[in-house]
Amino acid sequence: MRWLLLKDLQILRRSKLLVGLLVVYPIAIALLIGLALSRGPDKPAVAFLNQVPLGQAVTNVGGEEIDFSRYADEIFEAVDPVRVKTRAEAIEKVESGAALAALIIPPDVVDRLNGGLGQAEIEVLYNGDALKQSYVQATIDSQLARANAALSAKIRDVAVEDLAVLTDGGEIHTPIGSHDLLGLRTAKEILAATLAELPADAPVRAGIERVDDFAGQALIGLGFATPALRAVSAPIQVETTVLSGSRTPLDAYAVALAVAVSLLLVSVLLAAGVLALEREEQAYGRLVRGLVAKTTLLAEKIALAAGCSALVGLAMLCGIGAFTGVDWSRFGLWIAALAAGALGCSALGVAIGALAREVRAASLLGLLLALPLAFLALVPSGAVAGGLYDVVRVVNAAFPFKPTLQALDAAVNGAEPGLWGSVAHLLALTAAFAALARLALRRFTA
Amino acid sequence: MSTEARGVTKRFGERIALRDVSLSVAEGELLAIIGPNGAGKTTLLSILAGILEPDAGELSRPMREIGWVPQQPAVYGKLSVRENLLLFARLERVADPAAVVERMLAQTGLADRADDELGTLSGGNRQRVNIAVGLLADPPVLLLDEPSSSLDPRQRERLWRFVDGLARENRTAVVFTTHNVAEAERWADRVLVLADGEVVFTGTPAELRTAEHHEERTDFEGAFVRFLRERGH
Ligand SMILES: Nc1ncnc2c1ncn2[C@@H]1O[C@H](COP(=O)(O)OP(=O)(O)OP(=O)(O)O)[C@@H](O)[C@H]1O
Ligand SMILES: [Mg+2]
Repeated sequence: MRWLLLKDLQILRRSKLLVGLLVVYPIAIALLIGLALSRGPDKPAVAFLNQVPLGQAVTNVGGEEIDFSRYADEIFEAVDPVRVKTRAEAIEKVESGAALAALIIPPDVVDRLNGGLGQAEIEVLYNGDALKQSYVQATIDSQLARANAALSAKIRDVAVEDLAVLTDGGEIHTPIGSHDLLGLRTAKEILAATLAELPADAPVRAGIERVDDFAGQALIGLGFATPALRAVSAPIQVETTVLSGSRTPLDAYAVALAVAVSLLLVSVLLAAGVLALEREEQAYGRLVRGLVAKTTLLAEKIALAAGCSALVGLAMLCGIGAFTGVDWSRFGLWIAALAAGALGCSALGVAIGALAREVRAASLLGLLLALPLAFLALVPSGAVAGGLYDVVRVVNAAFPFKPTLQALDAAVNGAEPGLWGSVAHLLALTAAFAALARLALRRFTA
Repeated sequence: MSTEARGVTKRFGERIALRDVSLSVAEGELLAIIGPNGAGKTTLLSILAGILEPDAGELSRPMREIGWVPQQPAVYGKLSVRENLLLFARLERVADPAAVVERMLAQTGLADRADDELGTLSGGNRQRVNIAVGLLADPPVLLLDEPSSSLDPRQRERLWRFVDGLARENRTAVVFTTHNVAEAERWADRVLVLADGEVVFTGTPAELRTAEHHEERTDFEGAFVRFLRERGH
C-alpha cells in the first residue's frame, strides 16, 4: 500500500496541469457558489451629519430623559458611519459614491420633540445604486422604525401617566414646571358633597349639576382612552423564533459551503481518477494478480484522495480564516470534519472510478454526480412540496455531501446538528461506498 | 509437469470465447499458441494468469507462481523505466529490489533509458519494459501475450534468445502467443493451434507441417493457413 501511495503521489506530482486544474477548478466553483450565496458588504458606508448642538441630544419627555445618541448608535451598528460637518459635504459624499446614503439630523429635532411642534424630522439622502440602495434603505428604515417605536412607547407611557393624573390627581411635569393637579375623580367628589349641602332650590345648583355630570362622563371616557393609547403605540407585537433550521448567519455558512464543495469535487475527481488510471494504464490486472488485494487497492485510493482533499480544504479554511474572523480554537474540530468529509467523498469517488475504464470517463461521471448532489443539498425545506422534500432528504442522507456540509458547518460555526452525528454518518457512508466499489470491481474486472 | 489447464471454458455473454481447452507445459519447455484474431489466445492466457475467471475448468498452479506479460503494456506512463520496475519489484516482494532492477535494466538493454518517463518511449521500448516487469519475480511459469509484435528484428531476436535462455537455463516453462508463425516454428518446442475458441492442433512444429497433407511442405506459414482453411476456419 505504501509503494502504491508513493507511486500515485509521484504520478500526481508529474501531472502538474491536471492536479492544478483539479485543485483550482473546485476551489473556483466553491468560492463562486459561496460568493453568490453571501450578502453584499455587511456595513454600507453612510454619511452622517448631526446638526444638533452638543449637549442637547438629550430631551425630556414629561420628566423622562431620552438620549438620541442611543438611537444613533443602533443605526451605526448596521452601517459604517462617515461623519461629515456640513450638509454640502454629506451631499458630496453620496454623489461621489463614497457613501451610499446620508443621514442628516437637523438642529431643531430635539426642540420639535420637546415643544410638541409636530413630528420631528430627519433627512435621508440615497445615491441611485439600485442594487445597494435597497439594502441601505432597508437598514436605515428598520433602524428608524425601531427608534420610532421606542420613542412612541416612551411618549405613550408619559401620556398614560398624565391621563392617570388627570383622572385621579397628582403631580404633573411640564417644561414650565411641576403642578399639583386635583384630578377629575376628587373634583367629582367635591361637587357631589357641595350638591348634597345645597338647598334644592339654590340658583347655582343647575350649573354645578352640569359640571358634575361632565366630570362623570369624562371619567368614563378617559377610562377607555388608556387601553386605546396602549394599543395604538404598539399595534402588533412580533415575537421571533427560529425553528430547527441552521442558525448560522449566511456568510459563515457560505464558508462551510465553499469548503464542502471543494472537498467533494477534489475527493470525487481524484479518487475516481486515480482508480480509473490503474485500468487505463492496464496495470490493474497486474496489480490484482496477487500483488495487491482489491480492498487494499481501494483503501489506498481512498486514503490518497482523502488526504489530498482534506489538505486542500484545510488550506482553504486557513486562507479564509486569515482574512475573516473565524474561531481558531475550533481547529481540532475542523480537522475531524475535514477528515470525515474527505473520507466519505473519496469513497464515493472510488465507487465511481470502479465503474469507469478511463480517467476521462471517471471524471465525467464524477462531475455528473457531484454537481447535482451539491445543489440538492442546498434545497431549502419549503421550496418544494413536502413529499418531494422527503425524497431530497433521503438522497442527501445517502450521499456524503450534505453530511460533509453539516459537519463543516458544525465544526466552523458551531451549527446544529452537532459535529459528531455527521462524522458518524460520514464514516458509515465511507464503509458503504467502499463496499459498493468493491462489488463494482468484482462485476467489471479486467 | 510445470503447469496444466483442463477443460477450460469461457463465455462472454452469448459468445463462447473458449470451449473445453486443455493444455500443459513442462519445465524448460516453450509452448507457442497460434491462431487467427479473436481465436481466444488472450482470453486463454488471461485465465492461466488468473485475471479472468473461467466458467468451467481447472488450473494446476496458483497465479502467484505465474509471470504474466499482457498484450497491452501494463506500466505507468508517468513513471520512469526504473521507477516502474522498482515499483513492481517491491510489490512482488523480491529480495533486493534495487539489485534486481539494475540487473533487469542491463539484461533488457534499457539502462540508458532508465530515467526516462515511460510515456516518452517508443511503443517497442514500452513493450520491452512491459516484458521486463513480467520477469522480475523470476517465476517458474511465464506467459507472454504477443511479446514480439511491436519489436524491431534486432530486439525480437534479442527477446527470443533471452526467453530461450530462461527455458534452457532456469527451466522456466514458457507459454507465448504470436502471429509470426515463423517465430513459433523457430523457437517453440510445441505449438497449440486455437481457432474459434477450440484447440484444433497440438504438437511440434514439424508435426503441424505434416498434418497438412495436400500441398508441398516448404512454407510453414502457408501450411498453417491451409491447415486452418481445411478445418473451416
Ligand atoms: N472482455 C470481453 N468481453 C466480451 N468479449 C470478449 C472480451 N474479451 C474477449 N472477448 C471476445 O472473445 C474472443 C476472443 O478474444 P481474444 O482477445 O482472446 O482473441 P485473441 O486470440 O487474443 O485475438 P488477437 O489475435 O486479435 O489478440 C473474441 O471474440 C473477443 O471479441
Ligand atoms: Mg490477443
